[in-house]
Amino acid sequence: MAENNNLLVKLDNCGVYKSSKWIVRGISLEIHKGKIVTLIGPNGSGKTTSAKMILKILKSDEGQIKNFASKMAYVPQKINIDWTMPLRVVDFMKLTSHINNLEIVDALKLTGVDNLLYNDIHNLSGGEFQRVLIARAIAKKPDLLVLDEPVQGVDFNGEIALYNLIKKICSTLNCGILLISHDLHFVMSATDHVICLNGHICCSGTPRSIVKNSAYIDLFGEHNATTLSLYQHDHDHSHGTDGRVTNNV
Amino acid sequence: MEQMGELQIMFDDFFTRALIAGIGIAIIAGPLGCLVIWRRLSYFGDTLSHSALLGVTLAYSFSFNITFSVFIISAVVALLLINLQKRTKLAGDSLLGLLAHSTLAIGLVLIGFLTSIRFDLMGLLFGDILAVDVEDITIVYLGGAAILLILYFIWKSLFSATVNYDLSAAEGMRPEISNFIFTLLLAGVIALSIKMIGALLITGLLLIPAAIARNISSSPRQMVIIATLAGVVSVIAGLFVSLEINTSSGPSIIVVALLLFIISLIPLEIKGQLQK
Repeated sequence: MAENNNLLVKLDNCGVYKSSKWIVRGISLEIHKGKIVTLIGPNGSGKTTSAKMILKILKSDEGQIKNFASKMAYVPQKINIDWTMPLRVVDFMKLTSHINNLEIVDALKLTGVDNLLYNDIHNLSGGEFQRVLIARAIAKKPDLLVLDEPVQGVDFNGEIALYNLIKKICSTLNCGILLISHDLHFVMSATDHVICLNGHICCSGTPRSIVKNSAYIDLFGEHNATTLSLYQHDHDHSHGTDGRVTNNV
Repeated sequence: MEQMGELQIMFDDFFTRALIAGIGIAIIAGPLGCLVIWRRLSYFGDTLSHSALLGVTLAYSFSFNITFSVFIISAVVALLLINLQKRTKLAGDSLLGLLAHSTLAIGLVLIGFLTSIRFDLMGLLFGDILAVDVEDITIVYLGGAAILLILYFIWKSLFSATVNYDLSAAEGMRPEISNFIFTLLLAGVIALSIKMIGALLITGLLLIPAAIARNISSSPRQMVIIATLAGVVSVIAGLFVSLEINTSSGPSIIVVALLLFIISLIPLEIKGQLQK
């Protein structure tokens, strides 16, 4: 039963219905402590919507969600802080938790931006802001961490360092991580479970098993698939431009 | 006994009563005003205060407590607005305008029926802080203490939701609850101040001190403190000016606040010059 004790979230056939259509449907997945689950898929495939269901920001319109996580932290994809609010990095770090400056600096050090502690958040570059967002989430010491394209706008070296950090955090905090990423290289080399999304779950499994799946090639193109020498699986359907299943192959 | 006597004398003076009441309102308006600015709710505040007029009319019609009646009407309008936003495709500002002017109109139409009582429309629109009595002061301070206490308890949730709603919701801050309570608090501050500042000027007292504070502060806490101080200074200076040159008190307070706002732009200007 050790397996069950490690279970953080379990989605059983969940979906979100909005403006008379299903944004995502038929989502079943599990997130366990100490494991990284990755969502991949094209734009508009429902990655963020699925993440929001897991985080209880959106309600699932069908199916069942069981959430055993006691503390969740979130790195949203886009965040826009109104200029009317004077906000320094240190204030932002304390947004949803009571932590002292020492813990804040420690977390900022991990992402390499501890020098920005008293900077105005509106003056940060895109990459710096992303690093602050990740540090804030880590500082919460969550048992479930959801990262929605966390390294967007981060420079090349920083990207690798941050991905390594995410991997390390997963084991040091023994937390479950749900990652949305377009970086197929990292996804395939470092995550425990991969889910290909396009309005529904096209295929899922360990990176190794995904490699042998053809839905993936359809979704990401032959070139990417072969470059990364990863995906090969038998696809039983294909998609229209809006992501809906158009026919069975 | 001696001291009680002095206190009595103090409260006997209409000007002192006005000062005490005004300072109370400014202290409540400081933090709420900051939130109104951060959340871009200034027109929302306007709508609530316009609907307050209807609240006052109803209070007169049924000889009800004014503060209570205004609070109820403002709260109802706020909830109606939230409900309408879910149902129609009209933009938020159109709905606000619709509610603001229709409640204002209903209030004014109802006033027409109240021929039995002398009705001071100017007083209602611009307030009469010089007419406050000890009972009004008690209501301001008790109500104000309640508002600030509640605000203190929901602050973290409210503030995080102001920065980012999804983040706040995901990390268990229950923003939907604090948002709802905040709406009621806004209705509360309008109810407390309608008699003194008037329906047309309340939003000014909420907004201008917070706007002054935004110009010269670098953290949210600093902005709240400066907004509160700026409000208090505006009230004191505004009242003395109105006494000195015999102008109406409510508008004088707002004019002083505006002057402070202009002064608060100077540091920004200097900073901009230095950075060039």
